[in-house]
Amino acid sequence: MEAAHALASGTSSLLVWLVALPALGATILLLAGRRSDKWGHLLATGLSGASFVVGVVELFKMLSRDGESRGVSQHLFTWINAGSFKVEAGLLLDQLSICFVLLITGVGTLIHVYSIAYMEHDHDRRRFFSYLNLFIAAMLLLVLGDSFLNLYVGWEGVGLASYLLIGFWNQKPAYATAAKKAFIVNRIGDMGLSFAIMIAFTAFGTVSFQGVANHAGPEHKQVMTWMGLALLLAAAGKSAQFPLQSWLGDAMAGPTPVSALIHAATMVTAGVYLITRSNFVFDSAPTAQLMVVIVGVVTLLFGALIGTAKDDIKKALAASTMSQIGYMVLAAGLGPAGYAFAIMHLLTHGFFKASMFLGAGSVMHGMNDEVDMRKFGRLRVAMPITYLTFGLGYLAIIGVPPFSGFFSKDKIIEAAFNAGGARGWIIGLAALLGAAITAFYMTRVMVMTFFGQKRWADDVHPHESPKLMTAPIIILSIGSIAAGALFAFGSSLQLWLEPVVARGFVEGEPALQPIVVSIMALVAVALGVALAYVKYVRVPVEAVAPTNVSIWTRFARRDLLQDAFNEAVFMRPGQYLTRALSFFDRKVVDGAVNGTGALFGGLSVRVRRVQTGYVRTYALLILVGAALVLAAMLAARI
Amino acid sequence: MYLSALLLLPLIGSAVIAALPAGRTLLAKQIALGTSVLTALLGIAMALQFDRALGTFQFVESHEWITSFGVKYGLGIDGTGLVLILMALILAPIVILASWNEGQGGRFSQKAFFALILVLETFMVGVFAATDVFLFYVFFEAMLIPVYFLIGSFGGPNRSYAAVKFLLYSLLGGLLMLAAVIGLYVLTKSQFGAPTYDVTELSALNIDQNLQRWLFLGFFIAFAIKAPMWPLHTWLPDAASAATPGTAILLIGVLDKVGTFGMIRYCLPLFPDAAHYFAPTIVVLAVISIIYGAILAIGQKDLKRLIAFTSISHFGFIVLGIFAMTSTAGAGATLYMFNHGFSTAALFMVAGWMISRRNSSTITDFGGLQRVTPVMAWMFFIAGMSSLALPGLSSFISEVLVLVGAYQTYPVAAIISTVAIVLAALYILIVVQRSLHGPIAPGNESLPDLTNREKVAIAPVIAIIIFLGFVPSVLLNVINPTVTHTLTQVHATEPTPTAGE
Repeated sequence: MEAAHALASGTSSLLVWLVALPALGATILLLAGRRSDKWGHLLATGLSGASFVVGVVELFKMLSRDGESRGVSQHLFTWINAGSFKVEAGLLLDQLSICFVLLITGVGTLIHVYSIAYMEHDHDRRRFFSYLNLFIAAMLLLVLGDSFLNLYVGWEGVGLASYLLIGFWNQKPAYATAAKKAFIVNRIGDMGLSFAIMIAFTAFGTVSFQGVANHAGPEHKQVMTWMGLALLLAAAGKSAQFPLQSWLGDAMAGPTPVSALIHAATMVTAGVYLITRSNFVFDSAPTAQLMVVIVGVVTLLFGALIGTAKDDIKKALAASTMSQIGYMVLAAGLGPAGYAFAIMHLLTHGFFKASMFLGAGSVMHGMNDEVDMRKFGRLRVAMPITYLTFGLGYLAIIGVPPFSGFFSKDKIIEAAFNAGGARGWIIGLAALLGAAITAFYMTRVMVMTFFGQKRWADDVHPHESPKLMTAPIIILSIGSIAAGALFAFGSSLQLWLEPVVARGFVEGEPALQPIVVSIMALVAVALGVALAYVKYVRVPVEAVAPTNVSIWTRFARRDLLQDAFNEAVFMRPGQYLTRALSFFDRKVVDGAVNGTGALFGGLSVRVRRVQTGYVRTYALLILVGAALVLAAMLAARI
Repeated sequence: MYLSALLLLPLIGSAVIAALPAGRTLLAKQIALGTSVLTALLGIAMALQFDRALGTFQFVESHEWITSFGVKYGLGIDGTGLVLILMALILAPIVILASWNEGQGGRFSQKAFFALILVLETFMVGVFAATDVFLFYVFFEAMLIPVYFLIGSFGGPNRSYAAVKFLLYSLLGGLLMLAAVIGLYVLTKSQFGAPTYDVTELSALNIDQNLQRWLFLGFFIAFAIKAPMWPLHTWLPDAASAATPGTAILLIGVLDKVGTFGMIRYCLPLFPDAAHYFAPTIVVLAVISIIYGAILAIGQKDLKRLIAFTSISHFGFIVLGIFAMTSTAGAGATLYMFNHGFSTAALFMVAGWMISRRNSSTITDFGGLQRVTPVMAWMFFIAGMSSLALPGLSSFISEVLVLVGAYQTYPVAAIISTVAIVLAALYILIVVQRSLHGPIAPGNESLPDLTNREKVAIAPVIAIIIFLGFVPSVLLNVINPTVTHTLTQVHATEPTPTAGE
């Protein structure tokens, strides 16, 4: 076996500040409480920005080194040293994690700025910002941790932040329930991460990325397969992939900046990061890779279908997020041929989806927090900046050249076809179908929100949002326009990531010429747009959702029955089990105890008749005890 | 002489309190607090002099006691003992401070309540410090007395039933253990010529297989009742819900640890073959406890019973860690004991404050507390996160260690137990949602937030929970050598990586 290359060749003492600055912000804001109401949001935004600056500094340092020695690490302290289990608290920044660091802190800081205005009238704005900073810190720890266990801390940390932010307005029971659901479904996924850690330690005696990578190779195919499947479970939970996708739609209960940052641009893509980071596991486990591809394909279609029927603008965008992450997972499942494209789509998606979510927030801001697109229409006049930026995001997500989504999605579809054989055709066509549906439902969102007749009530006065909100959207839109071309030009991102995820990988002959794939994709997009045009422009949108719709629409409106299924298969049987066990515990287990007690009680009443009085159950027990002692001694033949 | 001093100090404090004239309640509380703080400081001073490299007994004291039976007044601590004594000594003043207004309306005066807590503290130190099996047995049984009165005289409505049930269960276990202790007496007399109860000497005994199993069971069942393990657990929810919160903390946080501590100290080294023989069965029971306790916790309507059932689940993890017999799981189990003490203490403290404010322990009577009493709500939330083992908090480390270590020897058990991380999220988040979130429930509108005394009481608990989440090595360095020593005594072979070079 060739020795695995070192993930990090140098060190940097700055890395800890990436995590520490926002963590400090969260701590100060939470401990200071209301005293920091006046300046809390500024401190939080400043610290998130400072973390971004550290990230940029690290990027430049990285650029000054050659491809093989770009990874740096920082050893903090020995975290766990128990028996044979040792884990260092260490950070690792390489070409892969720097992409995330800049995305998290960059988009994160913009969303901090946006939130200053968006949350201005909320009594608890400071608490909101402390959670945002907590999230940034945890997410950075997730992508910087140098072992599966360090990653786990960030992994559940972002889950906690997500829980707190989804339930930010938890005085509404439905929102509190949504937060709880997100946490619990995520924990189901977290079992996968626990399994992976157990498997890695038992097989290799280590849980660090480097340590496991050292064992990569076909000779450990079985171990790697189990580990890969466990990691896939974890990724499915965090990234809302089938079958753990049900929480994401409900998570839209959180304030819209949260939906943009956590539930679109960063946290939900952590599953893709996990798979890409664990490339050494998956590359030795073809079965696990196939499962990754299947999960990705199913989810990308699943999310897209749900997206076609949602009237709630945030839920439509959430369904789209699920679907787009399906693309990324699919790409990651293709191995070295796909990792770079998964990350490319992740980054471009981070820009355009964040900008669209912030746009949706801007619409809500001007529409008294209305989310029903059937109450929108013609908003392009009242909100020109929101309209334009949302439109750019729209063009990017459906994949119109030269906007960013075109490059990244096109590459994924191409890589899917290149998987070869029947498999390549199936996933390639599925990805094309997904692109068509995406074009359909995003056109629907665009048309219902910004075009057609105005459908809002007379007491609503739509207006453009303040500059603090539009400025971040405009900056993100620049990403929606240019990021794809930047990453795709000269295969720059692919080459950048190659030392981490595709060492020694040689591309084979493509199954289809790239230009053919591009044309097919564009045709699919055109078909989707045309269908939406026929359905939503030619026919005016109704202000109330029609009820005389096909069973398929009803099916999609109910999220393809995901909740009904979970309720019938898990929740209700679980509740029955809980009740049955409670009954069993009271009547059978404790009943036996009380029965024994009653028996002795009854006996002792009789004993008491014979004796003088105070000989009660205790005395009898001593007697029984003595008998047991004798019996035991006899049995043991002392 | 540290250990004897630690035994004596609380006892003196309680004697002083008992001698106080009736009505001097405040002074009694102050003496109790002062004594327990002093004892804790002494304990910390001892910990600082503990040699972390050794896995054997330190601060050893040995005096003849009942010569004809070979009974000695023998004290000494290894890493496990030190960690548990520290836990008890730190929790005692916290419990006293948190229970400042408890013990009113009891059968005895409030003075007696605090005197009993100090007496209990002495016995807790004794039980973890004894190196003589007979002395251990004396402390083990003596502990029942203050706890019986603490529950039966100061608890809630169901206190008499709960106290008697607790006592009967414990006595039953104690009797079985007594039988086994007598068995040891007979054995040492015949093998060594003179009887001895010294635990180090006893580990050299050569006991035939059959007898070893019986003696093992005598100890183990007593400890399983105390721990408590399924199906011997039903006394715990009753006792915990009838006891005052402070008593519940000492009962579940410290006293129950005597069960798991006993398994490590006595069941493994004295009866290694039997331990191996029964290990698979015990692992199964531990897994049942983990899942069963968690599911029952989900279904509880009473706040204190809920916490009691979560503890049954957590004790399952500790037992799993002990009988997995790997260094990782073993260290995890001991760390788990310490961490669970503090996370349960936090839960019971805040729950107790919630209950006394609202005058109800029914979960559905609460609601919307996050917006009425934010500090109390935060404390409850953090305690809950600790109970579900959120990474960054201490309990995460111990849970991971137990699971990872158990997976090496019992993979199926470890995988099933992992389901508990989902169940834990359910039992915590459901109660969090019902009590802290949602609209403010009727009757909760004007509940007062934590007082300064309450904040001072809970602050160190939360600080320890967070600190040990990042720097568990403070304890692990002490625990590791002892675990290695115990595993050597029980002839366990440490698993090596299955896919090694």
